[in-house]
Amino acid sequence: MKPLLAFVFSLFLAAPALAEIDIQTVETPKGFTAWLVEEPSIPFTSLEIRFEGGTSLDAPGERGATHLMVALLEEGAGEYDARGFAEASEALAASFRYDSGPDTVSVSAKFLTENRDAAMALLRESLVAPRFDEDAVERVRAQVLSSIRSDAKDPDAIANATFDRMLFGDHPYGSQPEGTEESVSALSRDDLIAAHKAALARDRVYIAAAGDISAEELSSLIDGLLGDLPATGAPLPADLEVTTTAGVTVVPFDTPQSVAMFGQKGLKRDDPDFFAAYVMNTILGGGGFEARLMTEVREKRGLTYGVYSYLVPLDHAELYLGRVASANDRVAEAITVIRDEWAKMARDGVTREELDQAKTYLTGAYPLRFDGNGPIARILVGMQMDGLTPDYVTTRNAQVEAVTLEDVKRVAGDLLKPDALRFVVVGQPEGLEETPGQ
Amino acid sequence: MRRLAAACTALFLTALPALAEGTEDQVTSFSLDNGMEVVVIEDHRAPVVVHMVWYRAGSADETPGKSGVAHFLEHLLFKGTDTLAPGEFSQVVAKNGGTDNAFTSTDQTAYYQRVAADRLGLMMKMEADRMVNLRLDEEDILTERDVIIEERNTRVENDPAALMREQLGAALYLNHRYGVPIIGWRDEMETLDLDAAYSYYHRFYAPNNAILVVAGDVTPDEVRRLAEEHYGPVPANPEVGAPRARPQEPRQMAERRLIFKDPRVAQPYVMRRYLAPERDAGAQREAAALTLLEEILGGGQTSVLNRDLQFDRKVSLYTAAFYNGTSYDDTSFGLIVVPAPGVTLDAAEAALDETLAAFLDEGVDPAQLDRIKFQFRADQIYARDDVQGLARRYGGALTSGLTVADVQAWPDILQSVTGDEIVAAARKVFDRNHSVTGYLLPDEAAPAAQEVSQ
Repeated sequence: MKPLLAFVFSLFLAAPALAEIDIQTVETPKGFTAWLVEEPSIPFTSLEIRFEGGTSLDAPGERGATHLMVALLEEGAGEYDARGFAEASEALAASFRYDSGPDTVSVSAKFLTENRDAAMALLRESLVAPRFDEDAVERVRAQVLSSIRSDAKDPDAIANATFDRMLFGDHPYGSQPEGTEESVSALSRDDLIAAHKAALARDRVYIAAAGDISAEELSSLIDGLLGDLPATGAPLPADLEVTTTAGVTVVPFDTPQSVAMFGQKGLKRDDPDFFAAYVMNTILGGGGFEARLMTEVREKRGLTYGVYSYLVPLDHAELYLGRVASANDRVAEAITVIRDEWAKMARDGVTREELDQAKTYLTGAYPLRFDGNGPIARILVGMQMDGLTPDYVTTRNAQVEAVTLEDVKRVAGDLLKPDALRFVVVGQPEGLEETPGQ
Repeated sequence: MRRLAAACTALFLTALPALAEGTEDQVTSFSLDNGMEVVVIEDHRAPVVVHMVWYRAGSADETPGKSGVAHFLEHLLFKGTDTLAPGEFSQVVAKNGGTDNAFTSTDQTAYYQRVAADRLGLMMKMEADRMVNLRLDEEDILTERDVIIEERNTRVENDPAALMREQLGAALYLNHRYGVPIIGWRDEMETLDLDAAYSYYHRFYAPNNAILVVAGDVTPDEVRRLAEEHYGPVPANPEVGAPRARPQEPRQMAERRLIFKDPRVAQPYVMRRYLAPERDAGAQREAAALTLLEEILGGGQTSVLNRDLQFDRKVSLYTAAFYNGTSYDDTSFGLIVVPAPGVTLDAAEAALDETLAAFLDEGVDPAQLDRIKFQFRADQIYARDDVQGLARRYGGALTSGLTVADVQAWPDILQSVTGDEIVAAARKVFDRNHSVTGYLLPDEAAPAAQEVSQ
C-alpha cells in the first residue's frame, strides 16, 4: 500500500511499429461510427466511449448535476440495485469506468471474450436505464459533498478553482465540475434524469475498440449498447476568449509549500501552428528533465520537485498552463526564473540542437504509446474527438519533423505573452508582490 | 439481476479451460556468471522493450540516522559517471525516443527505460555503467538534496493525511525499519551528504545484488547475449548481497492509538493497521488468504465493510482494506473507515469492530469468494496486455525474497485457498495488540471543519 516513490512525471506508454496499427472504420446499421484495431491474441476487448459536452452542459443553478449523474450510472440500473450491479459485473470480471470532465463524459470498459454479450448487456443498462434510486443518490451525494469540502482545503484544488474563476467567470469552465455544497445539496432526482438525457445522446458520441473482436461483432455490439439513447442532447456551451494580465494572485493558506499555477491564452488543437507550439512547449516545459524549466528550476537550483507547462486546447477555450510547487521561502525565486524563461523563449526561440533533440524524442516516443489494447482504444477515441482521421497515426511524425527553427521562433513570439503571464499562488509565499488583475 | 448472475455462474464453470491459460509461457529466467539474475518476458505484438534493473536494496536497508538515503541515491544515479555527464543518461534515452524513470521502496530500488527493441543494448551499456561508475560532487549533492526536500514537501508536508500515515507507520513498527518513511525524516534528510550516498551505493550496487528484467519484443537468447556483453564484465562484489538481516519486530504486547490533528483536515477518518505475515518463498498460503481477505472486506461495493457500514448501517462514506503481501519482512493489513456526516470516529471505529467480529463469526460468503477468484483468474488474461506490469510483478517479488517459481505458483494458490483458511488468517492478524489505530481530525482551532465530524 505504501506508494512507490518515483519521479513525478509519467512516462509515455510504450510501443508497436506504426505500420502494424491497422485502424478499421466501422459504420453500424444504426448510424454509429467506431474505430477498431483487431488484436485477437488475448481474449478480451477494451472499449472507449466518449460523449462530447461533459460537465459544461450543467443547467444554470444546477452545477454538479452531470458529475453526480455520471457517478450514479453504476449505482443501480435496469433490474439491478447498486450492489446487484456490482455483483453482476464482478461475476463477469468486467471493468466499467465512468468519468466526467469539462468537455466529455467518458466510459471505459474492459471485458472477456467468453462473456462479452452478458457484459455488454450489463453495461447497456447503466448507460440507457440508470435508476437514480433515492438511497443511492443520497449516498453518492454525501461522498461528493465530502470531496468538495476536502478540495476547499487542498492547495492544488484551491489553485485550480481560483484560476478557473478568474479566467472564465460565469461560463461553466469558471466553476468546479463537482459543484458547490449548496448546488449539490439542491439537486433533485429530476435534475439527474435531465442531466442524463442532456449528456448521453447519440448525436455526440465517439467510439473506439481494440482487442479480440471483429468489425461485425463490434457493429452489432454498439447498436445494442447505444441504439436506445436519445437522438439529441443539450446544446454545447459558447466559446470564449481567454484574457490574462501579468502578475501574481496570492490565496493565503497555511501550508509549508506554496503551490503555483501559471498561465495565459493558448491555441486551438486545429491551429496550423499547433505542432510548432507543441514542439516549442516540449523544449520549454514538457515532460522531460531536458526541458528548460526543469533544468533551470529543479536541476540547477533545486527549487522544486517538478515544474511543467502544457497546452490545454479545451473545446471552447484555449489555455497554456503550468505548475510549480516550492517551499514558501523559495517560491518567489522559482517564479522569477519561470518568468525569465518565458520571456527568453518569446524573444529568442530555441537552438538547432534543442529542436533536433525534441523532434527525435517526440517521433521516437510516439509509437511507444500504442502499448496494449486499453491505450490503443484511448488514443483512437481521442483522435476522433480532436477531429483527426485514422491516417494521422502515420502522418503525425512527419508533421513533427516538418517544424522548422523559424516556425518555433515565430510561434514562440506570437504565443508566449510574458506581459500577460498570470500566477496564482496558494500558500504563505515570502517576498512575493501581489498584483491585481486576472 | 438473478437471471444474469445465474448465467454468469454457468459461464464460470464451463470457462475454466480458457482461463487457465496464464502468463508463465511468456517468462524465461537465468543467471549470469557474476550472479546477476535475469528475467525475460516475451511479448512480440510490438517492437518495443522495457528494460529494468532492480536492486535488492530499499529504504529498510538504510543505516539508522541516514533515512532517505536510498531514495536520494536513486536521484543521484541520474548524475554523471566516468563517461556520462550529469543528466546525459536521460538525454541519451530521450534522443533515442525512449523514456526513463526510477523508483525506491522499502525493499527495492529500480531503474527502467522504455525504448524501441533495437536500442536494448545501449540501455544495458548505460545501466551497467552507472551500476559501478557513479561520479558525484558536492554541488550535485546540495542541489539534489533541496529537490528531495521539496519532494517531501509535495508528498508529505502539504498533506495532513500523509503526515498521519507516517506517524502511524512509525508506531506500527517498534523495531523494524519499515517504520521509517521511504523519503526519510526531514531532519535526517537535511544531513545527507556525499559519504552517506557513496556508502549506500558501495554497499548495495553490484550485479550479484541486482535483477535484470526485460519485457517486450525480445527473445531469451538475445537478452542473454546482450546481458553477457554489457553486464557480464561487471565483477561481482563479494561484500554485497549477503542475506538481508534487519532488526525484526519484538513481541508486540500493546495496541497503539494516535490522534492526529491538523487545521487542513476537512474529512476526518479512522485508519488501523495490523502487523501481518508476508509471502515467503515456498510458503505463500497465509499471504494468499490475506490477499483474498483484502478483497472480501474492502473490494468495492459488494465488500463486507461497504455492505455493513455504507449500505446497511449508513455510518460510513467510504471504507477500504489494504494488504500487500509482496514484502521481505512482516507487512501489514490495513482498514479505513471514512464516517458519514454526523458520525463520530469513535462510533465509526466501534461499528468497524462489530463488523469484523461478525465476519469472523459468520465466515466467508461462498458466492462472493467465487466472484473474487474468477476475477483473479481473469486478471491472468488482462495482465498479458501489460508487460510492464508483469515486469514489475517479477521484479518486485524477486527483490522481496521470492523466486520466479513462487510468482508462477501464486495464481493457483489463490484459487485453492478456502473460506476457512481466510477466516483463520484473519483471526490471527486481527489482534489489537499488534495494531495501531489513528484518528485524523481537524484542529480544534479550525471550527469551520468541525461540523463534518459532529
